[in-house]
Amino acid sequence: MNEQVPTLLSQGELFSSPCVEEARSFFMQKPRTMSNKLMSVSEAVSRFVHDGDYIASGGFGGVRIATAVLHEMVRQHKKNLGLSGHTATHDFQILAAGRCFDRCDIAYIVGLEMRGLSANARRYMESGAVKMTEWSNATLAWRYKAASMGVPFLPTRVLMGTDTMKYSAAKTIECPFTGQKLVAVPALYPDVGIIHVHRADIYGNCQVDGITIADYDVGRCSKRIIITTERLVDTDEIRKDPLKTLVPFWLVDAVCHVPYGSYPGNMPYEYFSDEDHLAEWMEAEKDPGVFEKFIDKYIYGIKDFSEYLELNGGEARMAELRELEPLQRDGVRVVARAGGSR
Amino acid sequence: MKLNNPRYNLMELMVCVASRQLEDGKTAVIGTGMPLSAAMLAQKMASPNLVILFEAGGVAPKLERLPISVADSNTQTGGLLHTSMDVIFEACQRGTIDYTFLGGAQIDMYGNINSSMIGTDYNHPKVRLPGSGGANDLASLCWKTLIITPHDKRRFTNKLDFLTSPGYLTGPGARERAGLPAGSGPYKVISTLALMGYDPETKRMRVESLHSGVTKEEVIENTSFEMFFVDPLPETPEPTDQELRVLREEVDPLGLVIGKSGQ
Repeated sequence: MNEQVPTLLSQGELFSSPCVEEARSFFMQKPRTMSNKLMSVSEAVSRFVHDGDYIASGGFGGVRIATAVLHEMVRQHKKNLGLSGHTATHDFQILAAGRCFDRCDIAYIVGLEMRGLSANARRYMESGAVKMTEWSNATLAWRYKAASMGVPFLPTRVLMGTDTMKYSAAKTIECPFTGQKLVAVPALYPDVGIIHVHRADIYGNCQVDGITIADYDVGRCSKRIIITTERLVDTDEIRKDPLKTLVPFWLVDAVCHVPYGSYPGNMPYEYFSDEDHLAEWMEAEKDPGVFEKFIDKYIYGIKDFSEYLELNGGEARMAELRELEPLQRDGVRVVARAGGSR
Repeated sequence: MKLNNPRYNLMELMVCVASRQLEDGKTAVIGTGMPLSAAMLAQKMASPNLVILFEAGGVAPKLERLPISVADSNTQTGGLLHTSMDVIFEACQRGTIDYTFLGGAQIDMYGNINSSMIGTDYNHPKVRLPGSGGANDLASLCWKTLIITPHDKRRFTNKLDFLTSPGYLTGPGARERAGLPAGSGPYKVISTLALMGYDPETKRMRVESLHSGVTKEEVIENTSFEMFFVDPLPETPEPTDQELRVLREEVDPLGLVIGKSGQ
């Protein structure tokens, strides 16, 4: 490899510092005590999400998302947030509805996969109100991973030769061993990571069933972590199957008990997505006036996420969505449980 | 786009033709919609041992229902492995994934794709589209990239508004010069009019077969760049009754993909 490697310049803004020493200093002072972190979503958001923070939303847009936290960020009028637009679909739609963010690292935004494009999210992104830097699903996942590893970047073999590279903040480097041309993607340390899980104890030890998407790393690179959980369990329950543990307690700041917390998204092994309600979002968004009333009804005008569930058919609808869920544990369909209280 | 055959619609035609491009015993990372319908159909027809992976972490599921998200429960039913996104893309980067199958808003003569924005000013797009998602990664790293898209002048464009994901970039050797993995790149394009591949020397897109009833002129009229044609130029075999039955009854009984117009 004698060919001179040209330096490919990217012009995107880097919205967060990849400095590993800063991150280590932060993590050094973070308490390790196994204390009770159970609190309401409202308290978690007011204590741990501040205007201007950089947010990473776990799950995959409309699958295993922390909907209650996203709604609460809108309800509390969080502003000027940075957002990792990684696999961002319904989660992006919610935060765009609240105009909560003003800068976005983009891998996948605005769309809801087969359901089409969100009209309101499109208007928001086309308005010029949001600063944008382009990435891809792999590079944002690897940016989380670099941060989780405690290194300032990871070398990759993507983005090269494209406008995605040009509008990113990645840099071209040469491998010190082989001379191979590589693209370095910088560590991403979000201020807040929000993750919805199947079960957690009050200390933050938590587990998910099924694919983990990028949450293993979101749960390590984020400075503060809010966990919402379908079920609260004893720590002994976690210890029975430790391979399933996503994040151990000392990384977690808040644990919120939110049954059906991924609604209207899918929660693997629990309930399927509410496609009818997601279609209502898409329809309402077409007219800004209609959408304003829609958001008043479903977010600003109600106290919390449990009221949102009630507005959408409550336990009866949730039971239907459980029936629609194709994944079953040990061949036995999980039976809908009444309540949702602690 | 006119279609004279009452046996199938344009979506069914594209999905059936696309499904035949995926060889048995290979690995493929697939996006939702038409690409996934094609991969599911391939598994139920000539390629039962095609391994389907999803970028969100689902590996080799027994696909029972057509997933609507690359992460939903239907990508995980009966799976061999439930893992994470980094693991899937690292499998691609390591060279173990044969195919990726994608869509896109615009495609050019070298198979470069735009799925990011329409317009001339990046900061003020006329239409903001989703962005790369996993497309840049998959088109960079998988051995063979297949694209499925309706055929019109706007989509088959001379100049992309934004080059999201790499095809052959500016021509022969450009991928390697850019640093992309040697020997990887665009493979097939399936449209409403034709099945296309790439000239091995020039890396330019060329029609390899015309769908039944379609003329060369029709392809030229609906393509903004200069399209090439293999000679002699065969006709694409039409969807068989069995393909159509399996597609309608087993792959997409709700018509989520094949119920759309194809435009």
